[in-house]
Amino acid sequence: MKYTPRKEALLLLEDGTLFRGIALGKTGTIGGELCFNTGMTGYQEIYTDPSYFGQIILNTTSHIGNYGTLPADQESDTVKISGLVCNHFSTIYSRNTAELSLQEYFERANIVGIGEVDTRQIVKHIRNKGAMNAIISSEILDVAALHRKLLEVPPMNGLELSSQISTPKPFVLGSDEAEYKVAVLDLGIKTSILENLTSRNIQCKVFPAKTSFEEMNKWNPDGYFISNGPGDPAAMPYAVDTVKDIIETETPLFGICLGHQILALANDVSTYKLHNGHRGLNHPVKNLITGRGEITSQNHGFGVNEEDVKKNKHVEVTHINLNDKSVEGIRMKNGRAFSVQYHPESSPGPHDSRYLFDDFVKLIKNK
Amino acid sequence: MPRNQNIKSVLIIGSGPIVIGQACEFDYAGSQAARSLREEGIEVTLINSNPATIMTDSVTADNIYLRPLEKKYIKEILEKHKIDAVLPTMGGQTALNLAIECEKAGLWKKYGVQIIGVDIKAIETTEDREKFRLKMLELNVNVCKGATATSFLEGKEIAQQIGFPLVIRPSFTLGGTGGGFVNDASKFDQALNAGLHASPIHEVLVEQSIMGWKEYELELLRDNLGNVIIICSIENFDPMGIHTGDSITVAPAMTLPDTVYQQMRDLAIKMMNGIGQFAGGCNVQFAVNPVDDTIVGIEINPRVSRSSALASKATGYPIAKIAAKLAIGYNLDELNNAITKTTSAYFEPALDYVIVKIPRWNFDKFKGADRHLGLQMKSVGEVMGIGRNFQEALQKACQSLEIKRNGLGADGREVTNQEVLLDSLANPSWNRLFHIYDAFKLGIPFKTIQNLTKIDKWFLHQIEELILLEKEIRKHDLDSLPSSLLFEAKQKGYADRQIAHLLECYESEVYKKRNDLGIKRVYKCVDTCAAEFEAKTPYYYSTFVDGSHTSPLHLENESFVSDRKKVVVLGSGPNRIGQGIEFDYSCVHGVLAARECGYETIMINCNPETVSTDFDISDKLYFEPVFWEHIYDIIQHEKPEGVIVQLGGQTALKIAEKLHRYGIKIIGTSYEALDLAEDRGSFSTLLKENNIPYPKFGVIESAEQAVELSRELGFPLLVRPSYVLGGQSMKIVINEKELESHVVDILRDIPDNKILLDHFLERAVEAEADAICDGEDVYIIGVMEHIEPAGIHSGDSYAVLPTFDLSENVVRQIEEHTKKIALALRTVGLINIQFAIKDEVVYVIEANPRASRTVPFICKAYEEPYVNYATKVMLGEKKVKDFTFNPKKHGYAIKIPVFSFNKFPNVNKELGPEMKSTGEAIYFIEDLQDDFFVQVYGERNLYLSR
Repeated sequence: MKYTPRKEALLLLEDGTLFRGIALGKTGTIGGELCFNTGMTGYQEIYTDPSYFGQIILNTTSHIGNYGTLPADQESDTVKISGLVCNHFSTIYSRNTAELSLQEYFERANIVGIGEVDTRQIVKHIRNKGAMNAIISSEILDVAALHRKLLEVPPMNGLELSSQISTPKPFVLGSDEAEYKVAVLDLGIKTSILENLTSRNIQCKVFPAKTSFEEMNKWNPDGYFISNGPGDPAAMPYAVDTVKDIIETETPLFGICLGHQILALANDVSTYKLHNGHRGLNHPVKNLITGRGEITSQNHGFGVNEEDVKKNKHVEVTHINLNDKSVEGIRMKNGRAFSVQYHPESSPGPHDSRYLFDDFVKLIKNK
Repeated sequence: MPRNQNIKSVLIIGSGPIVIGQACEFDYAGSQAARSLREEGIEVTLINSNPATIMTDSVTADNIYLRPLEKKYIKEILEKHKIDAVLPTMGGQTALNLAIECEKAGLWKKYGVQIIGVDIKAIETTEDREKFRLKMLELNVNVCKGATATSFLEGKEIAQQIGFPLVIRPSFTLGGTGGGFVNDASKFDQALNAGLHASPIHEVLVEQSIMGWKEYELELLRDNLGNVIIICSIENFDPMGIHTGDSITVAPAMTLPDTVYQQMRDLAIKMMNGIGQFAGGCNVQFAVNPVDDTIVGIEINPRVSRSSALASKATGYPIAKIAAKLAIGYNLDELNNAITKTTSAYFEPALDYVIVKIPRWNFDKFKGADRHLGLQMKSVGEVMGIGRNFQEALQKACQSLEIKRNGLGADGREVTNQEVLLDSLANPSWNRLFHIYDAFKLGIPFKTIQNLTKIDKWFLHQIEELILLEKEIRKHDLDSLPSSLLFEAKQKGYADRQIAHLLECYESEVYKKRNDLGIKRVYKCVDTCAAEFEAKTPYYYSTFVDGSHTSPLHLENESFVSDRKKVVVLGSGPNRIGQGIEFDYSCVHGVLAARECGYETIMINCNPETVSTDFDISDKLYFEPVFWEHIYDIIQHEKPEGVIVQLGGQTALKIAEKLHRYGIKIIGTSYEALDLAEDRGSFSTLLKENNIPYPKFGVIESAEQAVELSRELGFPLLVRPSYVLGGQSMKIVINEKELESHVVDILRDIPDNKILLDHFLERAVEAEADAICDGEDVYIIGVMEHIEPAGIHSGDSYAVLPTFDLSENVVRQIEEHTKKIALALRTVGLINIQFAIKDEVVYVIEANPRASRTVPFICKAYEEPYVNYATKVMLGEKKVKDFTFNPKKHGYAIKIPVFSFNKFPNVNKELGPEMKSTGEAIYFIEDLQDDFFVQVYGERNLYLSR
């Protein structure tokens, strides 16, 4: 091993705050909404999670890259984040079975990153000022030039992204012998969600984001699943319309994250942008029906309006966040559709909430 | 479910005296639990025989029983008080065992006491190796192949089935006593025999060896609803094969992918749920095969532990406090996070820093002990370093150890003998970490180091990187060293002294250069949530960051300096023989007293086991090495009125000189007086001037001088180096040959030290006194007489308070000398003086103007807060005459020294001027006819060696 001198990179925030650090991954420039994740494990799963599409992720954990990367840990085919901000980046990895170091992995995926910055200061900054856009560069080291580049990055509010990353055409997953058929609306679905469905005796047909209800219904599914995904739910009327049609049929429906927000919108419950999102593996949620708690994996910048739910005739709150009491789960009072804001497939994250997939199966079974 | 309103009175069982494997982490846990219960209006009764504990203070509990941890005393308590529930999970294995014993005797049932925090059956499952194994198989948790044996024959048969290598684990023993690895058949018989004997029920588990696998621990909390959270994951730097108490450990786990971690989390929850339904804390240990990530369950402890204390300090999550609340019926979702105060206690802490724990060993105290590390714990204490990366945390932990190193390496003390290094890598002892560093430096190939140590390559690379950085730095001198390289070294935890060593310049020059360049420490908060929420608790560690460059450069410092008057209390660092929990006791009371006087109190300490590092104790806690550079930076930042050094033992005291040199005020007794007491020459002059007798003595610097002087003083002689702890290297010699050889030994270990030769007063009686002095008045808080004759270190002697067979004349001389010395030294605060009495003459052996080991003992015996008083005197807030002293004098209190010799089978219990005991207990007697006293008195000469 040889001593490697540090190569400079810049991180510039929308409000002009500048950080200097060392360059990681590919040499280049990249912009996006800057948001932090407090998970201490599971970086590869995070980077390949389509919900993070277009975002710059800041990992708060002190070390990143320690165990390399492995094809089995992918949550989609490609890296979805646009850039990485971290404290200490390790080019050396521990795991014997790993295939690539995170550095090699990023180079192949054209991901630009910056390390050795005070991530804690940045977190506190966006915690107080709210989520904002940022730009990382290891080639443009002139701050003014970088600032001009940053202005080109679109704001997240009102941004529709699902159709950019959704599957271009439908495909079937799982055994033909499976007992149930679930139509999946892919707004940016994670691999592990599909695995959680197919491992429960379900065959899934995954449809592109802009598929109509009629199209999906032709397959004659036993239930519908509305996936997670990136962007502002309010900018996706097409998906809301699809879900409205589904719930009218009273076919079992389960939604996760963005899918949860879409179910809310389909019931005329509004969504809003959180001051700074919930992103981590340690968020406490209480199931109001069982009284039990669960430690959940979360990744969302938008939330469902609590007041709207309370006023609504058709939906009720089933789960709340114990930290800020925000809505974490809803269900339709007819019991046919339910959704959660967090990620029960929890990859990465604790497996406390996987029972929700069982609940979905039960709902289909008892239909 | 909210709190169980039927529980109005709780009994907490402590862990007794400090022994290897069970230290002051249980004082931390017990006192936290007691406070947590009292917050709820619950009456807390506490039993513990260890007087040097905060948990046994009236500030902590309502009813305190300083009694031996035996069934009959539990009965006594139950008869006297209406106890609704017993919480036995805060006092280690000792408390659990006592709870089981009482359960078996039907005591709890008889008095209608509910056991909370654990389930007796769960303890049995976890302690009985075979039950544990069967339970795990039932739960579908992988365990090592193995079976239990209750006879030699059975053991042999099992070994034949499993094959070698294997491991022997005796049931129901503390800290793995009597266990070990056996690599081949030739050593098996002996090991099996030892194991069967070590187990109180003569049962051992013979098991497949998984030496070299990665080792992890998870700390869990569960409520009555069955909600479980993982507070912390801890990864052992040292792989399987070394007791976790003797392993360097790191949090959070550094090399676990999420898939493996979540699998481990699922297993841990399954294991905890599987052993019984109870609300409380639990520790689960796992091994992971580095080849294919197979996980094996190793053990589960349904109680708070050394690791949970570490996890609490590592994450900021007060495990014992919350565990106590859960035990009385609360659910996790009903409680708040104690650090943020706004978010829920039902969450899993997220860390944005790394902690490294390094154990502290004291092998030098156990001559002839096997110094290799294995399944049986041998360390006596530990330190924790917090940093923003592993390397920084590692360096800070090394700086905390107080083993005369400035961190890991870069101090010119490298070992370069290849043979020695290779042997040490494969057969680890206390210094393996340092030898890994030395091996890299020497150019021993990475592969070789990894093969011999089996340590994960990520960790080894971290150390290798340090060597590469050092090489880079060595290419420069102070002037040419680029700012970026200096910053990188600081970020990786290098002390200015280490950098100075690499650059061959002075520490002060490095300090100046980095300050001029703006490379300054900032303080960050331990907040449980990686800054996601605002933290309200001032628990800090230092680091170096490159802040925001929006001009001007802004380095974010989270420790805001208030405009209140402040005082810094220096802690006592890692526990070791000669400096244990007693000093932490004094520090805590010092902090509390200064708070009462309106000071903002700032605690600096690096020992995760202690109460002083509980963020609830001081106004501000800096979890930092008690190492000059760190202390000085904190002082520069906080600008306190002064620093209290006399409570933190020798660790804090030895900082006094530098504080004085840098013009920082020492609160209480001045540096000159501290130095005068240490300097035997000036001190004797002081004694002479005051007409106080002392043994004939002289100071020498070579063996030749020693022999010459011995002719003048006459044998036997007491030989000791100056400025040492717990009588380190002190010895009584009876002839020139012994003298010569011991002086040569000392000068080899501690070069350039001055050595004192005292004429040893044979068959003298020893006594000691502690006093508070404000410079004008002296109040003697207690005079103790040792049962053993002079020659045995005071810390190893039975001490009786008050004196039991000294004449009035002698006691009067002791009191007079104490007062004279305290005043002559211009003591402001506490002082301890040791005496030898022969033929009705009282000789002064030494004086220490600081809180001594016996102060907590006297506080407990007389039920008076002497450290509180002394601190107020130090601060100048009160004079001695302002207090009304009202000691409770009834019968006698005996301080019982407690040893850990059973951890070192080859070491004889031989006592002498060098302290060997690890802990102490207090025992009250009515009169001198007491059986216990009569027995101890009868054996008083038994163990005296030299």
